[in-house]
Amino acid sequence: MPVRNDVYSLVEPGRVHRSLYTDPDIFDLELERIFGNAWIYVGHESQIKNPGDFIATRIGTKPLLLARDTGGQIRLVHNQCAHRGVMVIASDSGHTDEYRCCYHGWTYELDGRIKAAPLLHGYPPHFDPKASDAGMKRVPRVASYRGFVFGSLAADGPSLTDFLGYMTTSFDDMVDRAPDGELQVAGGTFKHRYRGNWKLYLENLCDAAHPLFVHESSIVAAKQQADDVYTDGSGEIAIRQMRQNGAPYSFWEANVGIWCYPNGHSFLGDYHDDSKLVAALNDPMFREYMSAMEAKKGKEATRKILEVRRWNTNIYPNVSFMSGFQQLRVVHPLTVNETVVHTYNFRLGGAPEQMFHNMIAFANTVNGTGSLVLTDDLEVYNRIAFGLSSAGPEWIEIGRGFASDQPDEHGGRRGKNSTSEVYVRNMFDAWLGYMANDHEGRTLTGEPSVRGLEARR
Amino acid sequence: MTVDTRPAVAAGQAKAAPLDTETCTAFLMHEARLLDESRFHEWLALFTPDAWYWVPSQPNQASPRDTISLIYDDRRLLETRVRRLASPRIYSQEPRSRTTRIIANVTIEEQSDDGRACIVRSKFQLLEYRRDAQTLFGGTCFHRLVASSSGIRIAWKRVDLVNCESVLDGLVVPF
Repeated sequence: MPVRNDVYSLVEPGRVHRSLYTDPDIFDLELERIFGNAWIYVGHESQIKNPGDFIATRIGTKPLLLARDTGGQIRLVHNQCAHRGVMVIASDSGHTDEYRCCYHGWTYELDGRIKAAPLLHGYPPHFDPKASDAGMKRVPRVASYRGFVFGSLAADGPSLTDFLGYMTTSFDDMVDRAPDGELQVAGGTFKHRYRGNWKLYLENLCDAAHPLFVHESSIVAAKQQADDVYTDGSGEIAIRQMRQNGAPYSFWEANVGIWCYPNGHSFLGDYHDDSKLVAALNDPMFREYMSAMEAKKGKEATRKILEVRRWNTNIYPNVSFMSGFQQLRVVHPLTVNETVVHTYNFRLGGAPEQMFHNMIAFANTVNGTGSLVLTDDLEVYNRIAFGLSSAGPEWIEIGRGFASDQPDEHGGRRGKNSTSEVYVRNMFDAWLGYMANDHEGRTLTGEPSVRGLEARR
Repeated sequence: MTVDTRPAVAAGQAKAAPLDTETCTAFLMHEARLLDESRFHEWLALFTPDAWYWVPSQPNQASPRDTISLIYDDRRLLETRVRRLASPRIYSQEPRSRTTRIIANVTIEEQSDDGRACIVRSKFQLLEYRRDAQTLFGGTCFHRLVASSSGIRIAWKRVDLVNCESVLDGLVVPF
């Protein structure tokens, strides 16, 4: 029986203990040590563009409010009244010059300070509404990288850019694709639930060995689809993607790569090129996009931006995005066995509107709640939870490619090819770092504090 | 005892007669029955060759182009969706769902001058049972129906779920 704090006994080179996915005590410890320390993605600046804009967000299971205050500063506070504990803001987003509690009318500045409260008299000495920590509790650290906002519940720790490390290049890839350099969250949010552990989601997103099996129903259905029936264009990219999911292992082993970096981050790369993203390179819409890019950035810079071919990027522990498809997903752990994922799309500023419509259509059919692809992934997460409720093997095997992984020139590690599970092992390196109370969770680079799998090989 | 539960004549095969509430109601019940009985290819055959099928992600959603949808299929995607539903490897339908639908409050909202095309509004409740869990869906459907010599066809169908912007499990069986 694993001991609550004996995390070292739960993670071994190439395998992890099943209780990491099933034990409520471990889940609680993850909330405290991973979600309580790491930089957690909480939103995008375009969602709080103007002073007074706010959105509801969360870190782990904790509901928060992310806002731009009247001075233009980004603020992140816990959504709880300092008086009797009421949720202050009940809407998902809005615009306001103050937060006002419905219970006794206490009001707050958007940075959480108490603005006014009726009947402020007769309180005992411990309560001082003017004290710097009075009011709605602030999240100690908030920082952005190129518009992507993260919060950390820990007062101390690495900076956001140190935490992201080389993965800043994936955010760059996403932002640089906008001709005018601006991204805008747009088009609504998918919210889907699965009955399994939160870690399963990111573990699947760079898994190049699963589509051929999990997605067989949509691969075959798309391959058999006649192309000469009526279409309004909305299925084009999605049908290409479903067919692409049926690529044989030889493709994944010869063409696609997996790269991992400290703190559990990773990306699957060299997958699609832009001739597959759009109907064709001679598509008039794509030509229009290219000229908008070249007009703003020049021919050479445009070529360099568009030759980056990253698929999913995972920023451990809670966010994954596709820079080339302008889509981002946030993982919200609810319980050890229940997870909700929110999926967002971005409009590329200065790009033809049709490009955004194509990404929406792609998301609907591949990544949406009623899509032909994601629904089978959700089923697999649910089945993992079912499987782990059995009395089967104690250990989960994550060893594929273990013997052939290689160092990467940017301080990370890469698989010999994309079918390596190195990125899962890399996440558990970080997991162990956080869970063993090493705030940085850095184990892959061989720092003295390394206590991770790779170091113990 | 073997009882053929299928209607002797598919609803709405009146030869391009004008569409009235009774005819439309019978057609919607027929459609619901095809879905409840997992006769998805027959359901697909009810749609016109240029039809679309839409389940918005937001109340009063104006367009499927600039906002995500729980489902938005043009004819080509709808065919792919239905073909996938028949796959023995569709794991999200293993075991298969069982559904039961009730259609009510059927009204004709708009009708062409010759009466052979109309937009029908209806309310539905759908119970889906799968793997020890029962889920209740409800909402408003809009069908654009056209009467032709081969029967009534669906030119488009829009399904507004009352909880469309909620957290949802994966949606696999069409509404």
